[in-house]
Amino acid sequence: MRPEDILVPTPAGVCCKIGGFHIDPTRPVARALITHAHSDHARAGHGAVLATAETLDLMRLRYGENFAGTTQAAAYGKRIDLGGVTVTFHPAGHVLGSAQIAVAANGLRVVASGDYKNVPDPTCAPFELVPCDVFITEATFALPVFRHGDPDGEIAKLMGSVALFPERAHLVGAYSLGKAQRVIALLRKAGYGAPIYLHGAMEKITRYYESRGFALGELRVVRGASKAELAGTITICPPSALNDLWTRRFPEPLAAFASGWMRVRARARQQGVSLPLVISDHADWNDLTATIAATGAGEIWVTHGQEDALVHWCGTRGLKARPLDIVGYGDEDDAGEQDGGAEE
Amino acid sequence: MNRFAELLNRLAYEPARNAKLRLIADYFRSTPDPERGWALAALTGALSFPHAKAGLIRSLIAERTDPVLFELSYDYVGDLSETVALMWPPSPSLLAAERGGAGSGGDAPTSTTESCLSTAIPHPSSQGEGELSLTTVVETLSTLGKAQLPKQLARWLDALDETGRWALIKLVTGGLRIGVSARLAKTAAAALSGTDAHDIELLWPGLKPPYIDLFAWLEGRAEKPASDDPAAFRPAMLAHALEETDLAELQPSDFMAEWKWDGIRVQAVSARRDRDMITRLYSRTGEDISKSFPDLLDALHLPGAVDGELLIMRGGRVQSFNVLQQRLNRKTVTPKLIAEFPAHLRAYDLLADGAEDLRERPFAERRTRLESFVAQLDDEHIDLSPLVSFATWDELIAARKDPAAAGAGEDATAVEGIMLKRRDSLYLPGRPKGPWWKWKRDPFIIDAVLMYAQRGHGKRSSYYSDYTFGVWTRGDNGEELVPVGKAYFGFTDEELLQIDRFVRRNTTERFGPVREVVHEAARGLVLEVAFEGLQRSTRHKSGLAMRFPRINRLRWDKPPSEADRLELLQSMVTKIEQGLAS
Ligand SMILES: [Zn+2]
Ligand SMILES: [Zn+2]
Repeated sequence: MRPEDILVPTPAGVCCKIGGFHIDPTRPVARALITHAHSDHARAGHGAVLATAETLDLMRLRYGENFAGTTQAAAYGKRIDLGGVTVTFHPAGHVLGSAQIAVAANGLRVVASGDYKNVPDPTCAPFELVPCDVFITEATFALPVFRHGDPDGEIAKLMGSVALFPERAHLVGAYSLGKAQRVIALLRKAGYGAPIYLHGAMEKITRYYESRGFALGELRVVRGASKAELAGTITICPPSALNDLWTRRFPEPLAAFASGWMRVRARARQQGVSLPLVISDHADWNDLTATIAATGAGEIWVTHGQEDALVHWCGTRGLKARPLDIVGYGDEDDAGEQDGGAEE
Repeated sequence: MNRFAELLNRLAYEPARNAKLRLIADYFRSTPDPERGWALAALTGALSFPHAKAGLIRSLIAERTDPVLFELSYDYVGDLSETVALMWPPSPSLLAAERGGAGSGGDAPTSTTESCLSTAIPHPSSQGEGELSLTTVVETLSTLGKAQLPKQLARWLDALDETGRWALIKLVTGGLRIGVSARLAKTAAAALSGTDAHDIELLWPGLKPPYIDLFAWLEGRAEKPASDDPAAFRPAMLAHALEETDLAELQPSDFMAEWKWDGIRVQAVSARRDRDMITRLYSRTGEDISKSFPDLLDALHLPGAVDGELLIMRGGRVQSFNVLQQRLNRKTVTPKLIAEFPAHLRAYDLLADGAEDLRERPFAERRTRLESFVAQLDDEHIDLSPLVSFATWDELIAARKDPAAAGAGEDATAVEGIMLKRRDSLYLPGRPKGPWWKWKRDPFIIDAVLMYAQRGHGKRSSYYSDYTFGVWTRGDNGEELVPVGKAYFGFTDEELLQIDRFVRRNTTERFGPVREVVHEAARGLVLEVAFEGLQRSTRHKSGLAMRFPRINRLRWDKPPSEADRLELLQSMVTKIEQGLAS
């Protein structure tokens, strides 16, 4: 048996013919296995969806009750037989509910890791290393210039800026699923006790995290707060809101953005950010290469991002590697987060 | 070094001047001597390291990284220093620290083996104590030979984090461009004591990095450092704007008039120290700009202080500000640049003649002294700004309308207006009201159509506040608008809101921060645009470049089809060239 007999890449996502399903398909299919709830991976309109309970809940929040024909919750580590293959979900450490999906048959195991990071994150289960024959990895930050460093240091920078500019409102752009809640949790861990303000687009998902037992301290919505009240505060908002009309309700707003992209100055400047915070929910270069090596996989399939560099690196390590041309995966912000704008 | 790097990092991203000032002042307040003094030196451009070149940095990284990965990374990042800073591999000693630290990370994921090692790196900036300081860098480099430089740089790069490496490379290769002028850094230093940057500017030529005595004075721990600089800057005297109606209150016989030239106001100072001649050129605010104009310094061979206008002169004719701008835009001054854009000083006033201070003398007397001073200099790079003769205000009004006929001749295109100076005026620092008046020429005015709008910066980042406007011309497909300029001020806050709303409601296309706005014969916004001058330009599609355009009025009442045509601008530029324009 060849790995392609278990999972075959197609432009709409990887497909398991024997099992009769796609993983993270970018167009509607009969049966979809979803790694996590970011909108480029989790789309509405599939017949049946298998995902972790959290991912299903988050999809429901985003798309409404009828986002799929039927749903089935997968628990981490539990074997599920589908057609001729065995499927298991394992924590990916990316966001709440995120999973790597291992598909095995005839002693051959392929792991589709979705998006992942192997870094402590107080808002999701830690990454689990799953030994395998073929590892499908993301490549969002697959250049050696991306080394994310210590998120606590970035949070300290943010708090230092708030102390230096107590009359200004600090707006932190963060993807509404995962990053926003992680930034809040990191602020709390660093001892920031003041209320944290939320853009309306953050509210539902953040409240969901709270309902799952994550203590995020006092949260307030910006809506209705006076300009004076917002001086010296921190507000979490979707990145798209940072340059929006919406910012005019704040006193001298200072734009921060929590993202791995902030490592590169041109990217930060392009977004008009004056306080870039390098906090990422994706594996950085060291994390990607170390994880690839640790899986023991002899063959690596690379998706969304800087495929070239990672494929080249695999070559230097004697690993067989190929880029997968799947259309539609990207930055979380590119898809579905236009809900942040108060544009007329 | 890490604190300094962090400061540079914040400054590079911060658009607002006030916030920049706060960041620098905060750094000065919380950083001890001599570290902050070296930082001030770096920010004011007082440091240079001749041996560190980009090529050296390139070879250092080539020894340490896979060439394919480097090229891919460089291609993505687009800046050499930044790519090297980000790619520089962790040093062996840091890796050891990392191995030691990883085991103790209580909240690290447990199911992983090797892979968590690389991510649980203690942040190098938290090293505290034995951290590399800017002082160490500066002191080491001042004595280090060229041959030892690569090894030393590599050791430092090993010890720093990404931001630290970026700052170090930018600092030593002289590429520290973070939108902070020397003036701004001095203003931040002045903020430590509430003094004016002006006071620091006066002392500056006598000060040396790391400026221990300056900070001691600013913090009230010592006397003001004595300036023993014989070629010091003298605070400039500025004029108030005049309206024609003001003339009724003034007596023509009390005043002398001269052209206001469209260059940059400078002060040229020469003085002897022992046997040497020290010559400096200062900007209006007292910044030493000598380095940018070496061709002018040789001309100032007599001790004295001249207030004048810096211009570019070709074939005995003053060039427009656009031409001067091209020289100002260049970072390095090459012989070719000097030959192509020869600097010239047109003298207005004499503040010192030899060792004699003339500032307490009346203007009429200074003017006579200036005339003989310039005659004595007898150098083609320096001439006298001619007086405009007049007996009545009507004569002066006529001269302002037509400088070419009133003596400015072919140079009239570089005349920005008229300066009126009381014959008895002393040379007083600042902008005293009464003795000096500036009376600018009337701006040119056209009606143009808004075509594109771009988001502003800083405070204005949520507003579409930069406007590209065009006028009509006959194109291949009939009537079309051709862009003729860009303006981002001149409107009130209320008007800004109105235009912003219009832009958002009438967007036809978006390109990043830019929106194309509807501009058809019947739909669109007409802007009344005022500008100070007009030039032919091969760099613009319209073939024209405006000087100092701004939005004068919003013409909501006017349909775009009634806006002006390119032919009008073309006839304006012809008239200007012939010195006929009003
Ligand atoms: Zn994701
Ligand atoms: Zn993704």
